[in-house]
Amino acid sequence: MTITAADIYLLLPLLLVTGTVVVAMTAIGIKRDYTSAAIITITGLLLSAIAAAVLMPGTNQQVTPLLIIDQYSLFFTVVTCASAMFIAILSYPYLLALDDNREEYYLLLGVASVGAVVMVSSNHFVSAILGLETMSMSLYGMVAYTVHSKSAAQHPLEASVKYLVLSAAASGILLFGMALVYAQTGTLAFSSLIDLSDSSPGDLGNGFTVLALLMITAGIGFKLSLAPFHIWTPDVYEGSPLPATTYLATIGKVAMFVILLRFMEASEALAFEGILTVLSLIAVASILAGNLLALMQENLKRLLAYSSIAHMGYILIAIIASYYAEGRIGIEAVTFYLLAYLIMSLGTFGVASMVSDSSKEYDSVDDYKGLFWRQPVLAAIFTAMMLSLAGIPLTVGFIGKFYLFFAGVEGALWMLLAAMVIGSGIGLYYYLRVIYRMLEPAPESGAFNRSEQTASAFAVVSVLFVLLLVLGVYPAPVIDLIEAISAYI
Amino acid sequence: MILVTLIAVLFVGGLVAWFSERISPTMPRMVALIAVILDLLLMFSLLGAGDTGARVATFEADWIPRFGISFYFAADGLSILLLMLTAFLGVIAIGAAWGEIKERSGFFYFNLLWTLAGVLGVFTALDLFLFFFFWEVMLIPMYLIIAIWGHENKHYAAMKFFIFTQVTGMLMLISILVLAYLHYVQKGSLSFNYHDLLTVSTSGSIGMWMMLGFFLSFATKLPSVPFHSWLPDAHSQAPTAGSVILAGILLKTGAYGLIRFTVPLFPEASMAFAPYAMALAAISILYCAKVAFAQTDIKRLIAYTSVSHMGFVTLGIYAWNEQALQGAIMTMLAHGLSAAALFMLAGGLQHRIHTRDMSQMGGFWARVPRMTAVAIFFSVAALGMPGLGNFIGEFLALIGAFQANITMTVLAAFGLILASVYSLWVLQKVFQGEYRNTDFDDSHLTDLNRREMTYFALMMLGLIWMGMYPQSFLDMSEPALTQLLTSTQGVAVALLQGAL
Repeated sequence: MTITAADIYLLLPLLLVTGTVVVAMTAIGIKRDYTSAAIITITGLLLSAIAAAVLMPGTNQQVTPLLIIDQYSLFFTVVTCASAMFIAILSYPYLLALDDNREEYYLLLGVASVGAVVMVSSNHFVSAILGLETMSMSLYGMVAYTVHSKSAAQHPLEASVKYLVLSAAASGILLFGMALVYAQTGTLAFSSLIDLSDSSPGDLGNGFTVLALLMITAGIGFKLSLAPFHIWTPDVYEGSPLPATTYLATIGKVAMFVILLRFMEASEALAFEGILTVLSLIAVASILAGNLLALMQENLKRLLAYSSIAHMGYILIAIIASYYAEGRIGIEAVTFYLLAYLIMSLGTFGVASMVSDSSKEYDSVDDYKGLFWRQPVLAAIFTAMMLSLAGIPLTVGFIGKFYLFFAGVEGALWMLLAAMVIGSGIGLYYYLRVIYRMLEPAPESGAFNRSEQTASAFAVVSVLFVLLLVLGVYPAPVIDLIEAISAYI
Repeated sequence: MILVTLIAVLFVGGLVAWFSERISPTMPRMVALIAVILDLLLMFSLLGAGDTGARVATFEADWIPRFGISFYFAADGLSILLLMLTAFLGVIAIGAAWGEIKERSGFFYFNLLWTLAGVLGVFTALDLFLFFFFWEVMLIPMYLIIAIWGHENKHYAAMKFFIFTQVTGMLMLISILVLAYLHYVQKGSLSFNYHDLLTVSTSGSIGMWMMLGFFLSFATKLPSVPFHSWLPDAHSQAPTAGSVILAGILLKTGAYGLIRFTVPLFPEASMAFAPYAMALAAISILYCAKVAFAQTDIKRLIAYTSVSHMGFVTLGIYAWNEQALQGAIMTMLAHGLSAAALFMLAGGLQHRIHTRDMSQMGGFWARVPRMTAVAIFFSVAALGMPGLGNFIGEFLALIGAFQANITMTVLAAFGLILASVYSLWVLQKVFQGEYRNTDFDDSHLTDLNRREMTYFALMMLGLIWMGMYPQSFLDMSEPALTQLLTSTQGVAVALLQGAL
């Protein structure tokens, strides 16, 4: 196996992200400067997003057995790098006042992004695990980043240790499952698991495969915080500094979902009735548990944690539908919804981190009381994000939900659709509660000011807001793009 | 193109109204009034076009070609009548808000205009995705109107309103998607176009389920028992202008949906379901009239009478013959005016004495004679006095329904008696008797001013016109109804033959 110059060219986005980390590290080594570390990281992520976008037309190639560089992976490379860049910009004002070394945060963010890019380009167990662990390792650090700060209000250490221990256990289960699959197929590349009896080295039977698949499902389910593997999510979300929560909730989930999608399609795991049943149950459980538990949350981060559990359940329906429905509507639905989910989650967390900083986070729903009358623009953006999460028209969330419903209808998954309708109905309540809180008259004192805010963070949130509306009203170009790239899965 | 302009004027007008608050707090209402009147004037150019039954002002452009979704607007006589009602009540609602909304007026008129824009979209969209889009778009501003400018229990009311309509809306969305998918299976292409979907065969149990999805959504909006419980809450908590729009226009979108979509798209299932729907209608009429009688909150009372009157609309629609449908449409128009007027009166009272509790009121005739006269007029209109619009509507609906289902029609007719009872009871309670004032501050209890009289006079004229010369309205909707009836005729005949 030799790597040619053409291969290197295709790996450019990945190399650029990696290079960014190296450059940033060197720069910090020469002279500690928070601003320059941030600028290097942001620029590097932007460059790699652009590089991936430029490569996108006409690329479809396996680069080394580990990485697949096709339009689908490049699309998600663009999305991941852009999101990471947004998070980096949002982190800047947040960490500005931290009473500890601040520069290394950007190294962690960069390394996590390297992992994410590997994950979205992976169709091989080795690269999946490598990417996943690279990302997770950096996230442990990001979650605990404010641990030495005297003024940090949260419990980053508790969150980080909880995440570390449980995540490591889940990785173990995931690896065990992969090993069992390897015992069956003799290959670590994602490949079909049905009708193995002729080609597999040792025919261990379907029960063996199902067991392997269940372990993989459990491992991935943990990373995606699907019920019943979701217990860690609210605690970790609540304890982490906001930018780390944002990373965990957006890129962490999306990259994992891309792996799940590729694995499910390549392995045809859904052909096993047991796996299908288990995934359906997980989807229903996630939707109900997420929405019901979100109802009573007074903490915005916990609320969003539970809501993200529900959203992961919704997307799982589309994965199940991809088995039943003819054509690629299921894959398109997953892809579109992931994009929609990224935009609205980034926006929601973005607004929250704009009004917070490392010494004081405004993460109680009550903190947002009266926001509509004090800062109408910010509140309007936040309202739009909430409505989008609830799936109301004019926003990208509605088109996403439309896609999921459509996939469900084509797959005739009536029970799952019923769960989604019930879940969305419950969801309305807590999203509207947040909106209503913002509409209430503003309290006299005790609320935050916008003084810490910087223009760049505001620009990021505005861009997301515009994307939310444009994709909600005129989604045709993106739908065409997603239809084209989905053919590569 | 004119239909797009109508909607765009309101959307843009809303934004301008919002930002004009910075110039002066009274600017937004001027902007809103100008936008709605402009729309009303533009609508006159559509008049006369509906005579042939053809769709006018058709506008079609690609939206999401991947799913066969397009911007497809068109209007026929039925749509035009409802468009005019919307714009007319829009003007009235702005009038109702004129002196009442003092805080954050820019955002209020923004929401008001966007609700109206959503309603116009609902009445003219002939692509089912587009229809659903507008169906939901009108919810959010309405939610905000109740949640921000509502009364003491606004949070609960706004939330209930939103969840009821949104959840049933999702069931309709699924039905729409199934229908579009059936079109794909049967004809080989995805389409959300109304005319394409009319050709889809929807027999069997799947047709029934889809029909139920639509019915549930529209019956909630209408509302019909047992999906009506959001309405009294929403009405009693909404500001006056919100009630006017809610009772006058938003409820009519449910009826419109039944006429335009539910029955024509699923003729077989609808025919099979008609007896049950008519039974629900009869129950709505009688039960809500009875419940209305038990209210002490004047706005809740009017809300329940609304549900009761909308029962005649459901009854007429599911009888599905020309007289009954004409009756349903006349009831929609007349009830739009009379309910709006009654809510304005109730809102006016609340604005003056800060209570809606009828047990505290009495003998207002002496203090506010003009208001009393107006209240008598609209109460009498609502109870179905011949010579006014409501009579024509309910009478036609009953005649038509009698041909379809005698039992339910006879039962429903008792609603007319109950209507007289509660209407006169309210008049007695509030306006007649000895004036007494123990519980509230009556220093602001002044008679209707000139502005208010103008609005009420306009609505009175409308009701008298409908009652005295209904033919001018019937002529407009007739060609549209004939078309709808012929499109389902084949099924009706087949069913009859099968039954014989």
